[in-house]
Amino acid sequence: MSTHIAVRDLCLYYGRNCVLKDLSLEIQRNEIFTIIGPANSGKSSFLQTLNRLNELHAEFRKTGSVTLGAEDIDTIDVEQLRARVGIVFALPFPLPLSIFDNITYGPRMHGIRQKTQMTDLVERSLREAYLWDEVKDRLHHPAMNLSGGQQQRLCIARVLAGQPEVILFDEPTSGLDPISTARVEETMMVLRGRYTIVLVTNNVAQAARVGTRTAFFLMGEMVEVGDTKDVFTRPSDSRTDEYVTGKFG
Amino acid sequence: MTVRKLREWCIERVIFMSGITSIVIVILIFIFLLKEGLAILGHVGIFQFLFGANWYPISDPPQFGAFPLILGSVLVTLGAAAISVPLGVASALYIAEIAPKKTKEILKAGIELLAAIPSVVIGFIGMVTLGPVIKLIFGLPTGLTALTGSITLAFMAMPTIVSIAEDAITAVPRQYREAAAAMGATTWQTTWRVIAYAARPGMLAAVMLGIGRVIGETMAVMMVTGNAALIPHSILQPVRTLTATIAAEMGETVQGGDHYAALFAIGIVLFVITFAINGVAELYLHRTTRR
Repeated sequence: MSTHIAVRDLCLYYGRNCVLKDLSLEIQRNEIFTIIGPANSGKSSFLQTLNRLNELHAEFRKTGSVTLGAEDIDTIDVEQLRARVGIVFALPFPLPLSIFDNITYGPRMHGIRQKTQMTDLVERSLREAYLWDEVKDRLHHPAMNLSGGQQQRLCIARVLAGQPEVILFDEPTSGLDPISTARVEETMMVLRGRYTIVLVTNNVAQAARVGTRTAFFLMGEMVEVGDTKDVFTRPSDSRTDEYVTGKFG
Repeated sequence: MTVRKLREWCIERVIFMSGITSIVIVILIFIFLLKEGLAILGHVGIFQFLFGANWYPISDPPQFGAFPLILGSVLVTLGAAAISVPLGVASALYIAEIAPKKTKEILKAGIELLAAIPSVVIGFIGMVTLGPVIKLIFGLPTGLTALTGSITLAFMAMPTIVSIAEDAITAVPRQYREAAAAMGATTWQTTWRVIAYAARPGMLAAVMLGIGRVIGETMAVMMVTGNAALIPHSILQPVRTLTATIAAEMGETVQGGDHYAALFAIGIVLFVITFAINGVAELYLHRTTRR
């Protein structure tokens, strides 16, 4: 186990509003790091900091540092960073293109052009995301025609096609039914060990099912971090205990 | 209770009447055009009217060949579209996607102002400033040409194209932007390949409405195109459009006469052209939204 992402003294602001205070933590290579906490605890903002996606908001500001491997993320070219650190959003949002084109969109922008290479890439990514068997006969149909769960797995395949080192999941199953949720969780389990995964979830049970380590965020602060087992069975902070047992949140 | 019901009934009728007013008026106008203009089409022959090369309405015997006028309108419109569509779409993309907030406000206000300038003023400016420049650049005997008309009209179509295209671009869901950015797209790649792609139907509507405005425009075009009812061989010759013909000649006709009827027939041709453009836009819009 080696440290993949190291966060030091990170503070995040939108305008004057501080959404995350003095966060320091380390995420290990190839683990599933889960973050739980109620709404407005700063967990999604933290996640979108890791690929600098919240820089799309004009008001956003941060202090402190985040390193990916040995590099500070602010020194990495932002387009490269976003390819290396992929993200899956809460609501699946396929681009208004075919299934095939949705997956090849990212790689094409980064300069891959050959047709055969593309076809291989599409098949490999869809297989990894457990979607291949369901869509292999209609790769050129609009992605919008897929069901919600399939769309979410397409978004995962889209991220995988960029060959990232880290995959961020931002409440990936909050808009899905239980069966689709189970499928997406299976996909995450399959990906474990090959990619570093950071999962933000509202679903405490999900964090317990798939996580290797878990952090509990509350109102912009990290209350506790540790092995998932420990956080759920013998939390060191009473607020964590109350949250995971469903007393608030 | 009955008073309330009666009120409801009245309000429903009034709203219904308001709702159908515009379509009723369109139908009435079309009927009127047909009534006044059809006679001459039968008299001269539709083919002769549409493709006849000579428009000599007051010679003896008069000749009503509207082909030079149709060509004039088409040439001026195509020229204006070639200038205003790329410029308008690019400017809408800049305003909606790239410009900082303050620049955006200023640009939007500026474009609305451009729309507020009366067409006669634009025509006047085109005549006294643009005409001489074109004459000088191309070494022409006159600066009042189809090109002058195209450039003038391009600036009249711009506000329509920019403001409607900008609305369409702004309406593209924010998640598309985030999704594209998350895959490592640069701002330009996101703007062009995702946002512009998703906003296509709205942008097409913008272009069509802009072109509709150009075809229907009369005053400015009459002032800057030179008004020669001849078949143009290049964009650097004077032309006369359908609209300018009606405006210029209607005052000198005898009501109910052949010339009078011929001008109404030109109105029918214009009506059919704009109807066709709107129809094509409508078809395309529905095709893309259904998918």
